[in-house]
Formats: sequence, C-alpha cells, structure tokens
Amino acid sequence: MEFFRYTRTFNFMGKSKMAMFLSVVVVLASYAILATKGLNYGVDFAGGTVVQVKYTSTAPIKVMRQALKENKLFTNASISEFGSPDEVVIRMKVSSGSVTRDIGDITREALKGTGEFTIRRVDIVGPTVGAELKEKGIMSLLLAVFGILIYVAFRFEWRFAVASIVALIHDVSIALGMVALFAIDVNLDVLAGLLTILGYSLNDTIIVFDRIREGVTKGRNVALKDTINESVTRTLARTTLTSLTTFFVVFTLFMFGGEIIHPFAFTLLVGVVVGTYSSVFVASPILLWFGFDVKNYHVKLANKVKREAEKQKMRDQFDGGIV
Amino acid sequence: MKLNYRIVIFALAIIFGITFSLPSLTQSEDGKKITLGLDLQGGLHMLLGVKTEEATKSRIKSITASIKHFSDRNDILIDGLSFDENEISFEVLDEDELSRFDEFFKDIEGIEVIKNMTAISLSLTSEEIIKTEKEAISQAIETIRNRLDQFGLSEPVVARQGEEQILVELAGIKTQKEEQRARELISRAAKLELMAVDEDRNARVYNMSDSDAAEYGDIILSDAKNSEIKYLVREIPILDGGMLTDASMGFDQNNRPLINFKLNAEGAEVFGDFTGRSIGKRLAVVLDGKVYSAPNINERIGGGSGQISGNYTVMEAKDLAIALRSGALLAPIYMMEKRSVGPSLGADSIQASFVALIGGFVLVIIFMMVYYRLAGVIANIALIANLFILLAVMSLFGATLTLPGMAGIVLTVGMAVDANVIISERIRELIYEGKSMHKAIEDGYANAMRAILDANITTLIASVVLYAYGTGAIKGFAITMSIGILASMLTAILGTHGVYQMLESRITKSKNNKLWFGIKG
Repeated sequence: MEFFRYTRTFNFMGKSKMAMFLSVVVVLASYAILATKGLNYGVDFAGGTVVQVKYTSTAPIKVMRQALKENKLFTNASISEFGSPDEVVIRMKVSSGSVTRDIGDITREALKGTGEFTIRRVDIVGPTVGAELKEKGIMSLLLAVFGILIYVAFRFEWRFAVASIVALIHDVSIALGMVALFAIDVNLDVLAGLLTILGYSLNDTIIVFDRIREGVTKGRNVALKDTINESVTRTLARTTLTSLTTFFVVFTLFMFGGEIIHPFAFTLLVGVVVGTYSSVFVASPILLWFGFDVKNYHVKLANKVKREAEKQKMRDQFDGGIV
Repeated sequence: MKLNYRIVIFALAIIFGITFSLPSLTQSEDGKKITLGLDLQGGLHMLLGVKTEEATKSRIKSITASIKHFSDRNDILIDGLSFDENEISFEVLDEDELSRFDEFFKDIEGIEVIKNMTAISLSLTSEEIIKTEKEAISQAIETIRNRLDQFGLSEPVVARQGEEQILVELAGIKTQKEEQRARELISRAAKLELMAVDEDRNARVYNMSDSDAAEYGDIILSDAKNSEIKYLVREIPILDGGMLTDASMGFDQNNRPLINFKLNAEGAEVFGDFTGRSIGKRLAVVLDGKVYSAPNINERIGGGSGQISGNYTVMEAKDLAIALRSGALLAPIYMMEKRSVGPSLGADSIQASFVALIGGFVLVIIFMMVYYRLAGVIANIALIANLFILLAVMSLFGATLTLPGMAGIVLTVGMAVDANVIISERIRELIYEGKSMHKAIEDGYANAMRAILDANITTLIASVVLYAYGTGAIKGFAITMSIGILASMLTAILGTHGVYQMLESRITKSKNNKLWFGIKG
C-alpha cells in the first residue's frame, strides 16, 4: 500500500503564505483564549485539594453539595462527575497542614450519610509545593527548548535551530490554547504532555530538515525553495505514516486510558496534529524566509572537507614517519 | 540466508528481553521485577515539612531543665530561672557560687553566656541554632524511618527531598484505617516529660489562667482521658524523653495495656534525686502535652523505669511504644503535599492503560503489516522486541512503573515504528530509482541513520529534562520514554538491518517488491 508515491514535487512553499496566515490566526486565537479564559491550573500548580469519591450507585451530587455546605471549609468547592456517574471529584482551593487529620478526612466525615462510598484518591498540595512545582515546570520547558536549540544548531545550522524553535512555540501555544478552551485541568501530566509534544514535533521537523540538508549538500544548483519543496514531498509519506501510528496510540489512550490520563492524552492528541502540520508548514518556510544561504553553506562544507583532508594527510605523513 | 553480527546481537537482545521481563510479566516470586508506582498499586505519598524553630525552643527548654537539676543537686541557690524562645535567665544568690556554673556551662555545646553581676543569661549561638535545626530534620527522617520500619509495611520510603523536606512513600496501604494509623504514627511527637505537680497551688488550678500560672513558673495541663481535669505543673520539666532508652507494651493488674519505659543512667539519677526530694508530692507523666497519670511519690524511685497508663487499645499501645522507642520528634512535622490512591483505583488505572496499550499496539501492528507487507512484519518484530527489552531493562533496574509511565510505553509503541517507517520509505525510494536490492537496503539504512539519530537524540533531551525536573509519577514517564527510545535504536535500526541482510538473497531472488515492501515494480 502507498499513500504518496514520489512522482512530482508539490509546491508546499508556494502555499506557505496561506499556511502562515492560518498559523498566525490560530496562534493569536490561542493567546486570546489564554488571556481571556486563562489556564485552569489544577492542584499541582495552584495548590489545593482533590478528593475522588466513588459511590456504589449514581453519586448524589445535590445531596453531597448540601452536606458540604455545612462546613465553611468547603465554600467554593466544586463537585463534578469523573468518568462515570458513580464517581465524582471534589476540587477545593484550600489545603491543610495537619498530618493526622487532613482535608480528605474532613471530607469523609462531611459526606457521611450521603450514601455508600469509598474515597479513592486524595491529592493535597500545599501552596509552597504548588509554587515550587510551577517554577520547576516552567524551568523544565525552557531548559528543554534551550537544550534542543543548542543540539540542532550544532548538528545543522543556527537558522535551522531558530526555525524549529518557532515551530515548537507554535505547537505549544496552540496546545495550551486548546487546553484552556476545553478547561482541562493543568497538572504535572499536562506539562509532561507539552514536553512530549516538544520532542515529537521536533522529531518531525528534524526528519524534514535532514532531507533539506541532504538536498543542499548534494550540491545541485537548485534554488533553496525547490530543495525544500522536494524534501517535504519526499518525506511526506513518512510524516503521514508516523503521525498516523502515533495518532492511533494516543487516540486509544484518550478513549480507553481512563479518566486520570485524559488531560495528558488530550494534550498529546492536539500536539500530534499540530506538530505534524508545523514541521511542513511552519518550520520549513521560516528556514526559507531566514534566507538560509545555500552557497555559503557549500563553501563552509567544502572548507570542512578540505580541513579534514589536510588533517588526514598530516596524520598519514606522521604515521609514515615523514614530518 | 547467512548470519551476520547484527542479527546475532538482535537475537541476543531478544533473548535478554524475554528472559529478564518474564519475572515481571509472570509476577513470579524470584527475579528482579518492575515495581508498580503508588498510583498503580495504591498507597500514600507525603511530603512533610519540619517546624525547625520548635527544635530550638525545646533545646532551650531542656538546657533549662538541666540547670535546674544542677543547682538542686549541688544546693546552689538560684532565683528567677525562666526561659523564652531565645533565652534562659536566672540569678545566682550567692556571688561566690557563680564560678561553680562555669564548669557546668563548659559541658553544654553552643551556648553563649552573658554575666551581669550575679544575673546570668544564656542563649544559643547562631551556629548552634542552624545546627539544631539541621539536626531536627535529619532526626525527624531517622525517627520516622525507625517508626515505619516497625509498622510492618514492606519497604517504606523515607528520604530527604531538597534541603528540608521529607518524602514518605508507603506502598500497599490497603485501607483508610491503615493509612490513618500510619499518619498518626509518623506525626506523633512522642515527647515524654516527667513534671512536678505544683502542690502548693494546684488546688487553685481551676481558677487560674495561663498567664496566672506563668507568673509562678507553672503551666496548666489537662488530663489525657478527661480534658476537664487540670493539673498545675512546674514549667521546667524534671526529665524529657531524650533520656529514654526503651519502651514496650505491657499490661497492668486488670490486664489493660500500658507502656513500660526505661531511662538511661543520667535520667535514672535525675529521676532518683527528684523522687527522693519530693516524697508526698505528685509526679505528672506528660506525653505530648497531656497528663497521663500523676501518681503520688511514696519513696525514692531508683532504677529509672516507669509506666504510662491510659485508656489504650492494644494497637494504640503498640504504636505508642514504637513511637517512644524510636525517639521523640525534636520538632513537629506538617504536611506539604499528600497523594493517596486507593488500591481499587490503582487496579482500574492498570486495566485502563493496559487496554489502551493493547489497543494501540494491535492497531499499529495491523497498519504496518497492511502498509509494508513483510517489511511491516519485520518492523513489528522489532517493535515487540522493543517492548520486551523495555520491560527487561526496567526490571533489572527495579524501576517503578507509574501511570504516566504506562502512557510512555503506549507512546513508545507509536514512535518506535518511526525509525522503520523512515528506513522503509528510503528503501522504497531507492527501489524506484532502480537500485539493486543490496544497494537499496544498505543505502536506505545509511541515509535514514542521520535523521533517526538526530530525531531520537532531541526526544531524549526532552525526556532527560523531564526526568530531572519531574516529580514522582512524571519521572516514570521520562524513564519509559528514554529506555524505549534507546531500545528502539537497537531493535529498529540494528536489528531490522540484520534481518534484511540475512534475507537479502531471498528478497533479491523473489523479485516480489509487493510482497516484501508493499510496492509495485
């Protein structure tokens, strides 16, 4: 079976302006959502308490609300269904410092008489830990981007690095926008999802870039634009295929992985789609716009080869005893 | 068909993978296995903070107690012995006896003594305060570890996190009751104090406020069983739990559980001296600020042992004895983070992620087979080998599998075939260009190699960062991703290459590109 057989080059770069326009609109829309709706920080970053309760039959949410009302601690607590009608999650902005009697215990006492239930999960994150996790989270994103930037600059050229980082920012921005739009709880797992998107999207971008590098080094006197078009076309089958297989697994994770893994799977789902798009329509055009200088690159490559050859010659002479 | 080094390594890797992943897969008794994270098997994860400033306070209190004992024992008359959070002060009545304290102070580490005529004030040096606070944390870790070791759970984790946080992880907690018990045991101060009842004023205790009591150098404590009953006791304790050497559960005449404790030689001496001097008075046995009993002293009590009786159940008495035996917490602890997962939720999570894993796996396998035919089958073999190796490496390192870790495995399945997709596409291209089968395979691998390496290394960078900055369960994701990527380099690049080299003559002979690579021509 074949999706794409390389017979002719598609003019991707000819469509790049339109694609760029689309990207800019979507990214700006994402920022607008982030600015107006904002991210829905979960307990990991905001601090607070999550209590997951499972009833033996449908959870009596109204009765529960009534029961919780009695204690001032639970003002602003939200109760929502979690995966099935039997199961609910109570989210609170408060946390507690006592080891022996924490909010989970107080919730258990407050819910007494609302039915037969078990408390299946209690997450309490104090404000200091929340702030710490947030700081660490932001640091990890920056550090990952920085590490990748250096590696790509080292392996390719700085323009490649910048182009791939722009693509990454594009992907992460849109993913965050979607997370905000669907009011997904932002916890550590969403952060892990974002970092995975970084890795994944970059993976795609690098495969395309590798082809471009290869096309350029082959030394044909072709305009960069055509080289890019050809490279993108030639890698199109791979890009589609890998995206599909990854999409399959992420989709099954999203559908069947359980409620807890949902935010993570959602983030990845968005990331896989956007990451695939960006490697073709964001990273490559930027490379073109930055005016990656093919001739200059050739000179550099030629110099490198010359230096290597000279070194080799010296080494041979040395080994042969002629200095 | 001929053997080559690649296929040999691949075969060895598969054997390695199957051998070492079997103990985990079959859940056999012996062999190294993957441990399930708390989110999958259920358990309690806590991050505790230490109120270190309390440690300095209690150090000052205990120095005060020893000054009191020293002066009583040596018949030195002092007046106005008092302490607050930072300072101890008192006055020596006889100027000539001032020097007798010098020797005594020399034995106490880290104090600063200021003398003003006969008035003496003592405070801790700032180094000593830092040291005390540091010790409070290490001591808390040590104490909690000791207590949990005796609690009967398998492999409790108690570790320092950062400078002053304590990580406690208890796997396999089955019930809420058990969790509650563990939390009480961990956080119990278990501070035992023996205090003198102020017999001169105790009768008036119900009419006194805390500040009235403080004026006499006393404090009001309530009874452990009945908080209505109050005692007026001297603020400076005779002894504290630091001199305790052993505590165990016993029974009284009525077969009710109680706790027997023993003091060390120094404690026994102090205790003996005090009881000898205070016949007819009462001694309050105070635990964590509550009076458990206040027996009359009938005679001098040597030997340094005593009892604490309360309305205990056997379980409570046992836990209390554990807490006393492993020492008091120098400073109280508080909860900074808690994550508790019930075993049933963990089981649900395992099931759900397993379904996702199998579902994604089957989809990918079928897709690869349909799209690439035999090349897809070869890629699938590499994928399965990859999973076994991933499990084997995790087993060998005793790595922890968490829910995000499961997600990482699922994701590895999707991404590990990527290398084979890239290679297969390259080979197809070269076949179309009319290259010989040998050249198509060799060049296909050579061309694909750079891209695969670069792509994998960047993903690895992201994983490593995730590992370094992630906490708990997220670390598990980084681990499975990283191992999965590394294993895929072995299986998908080296392994499948070996398979192609072995089958090359066959592929060439068959001339059936449709069967081998899923393309016409």
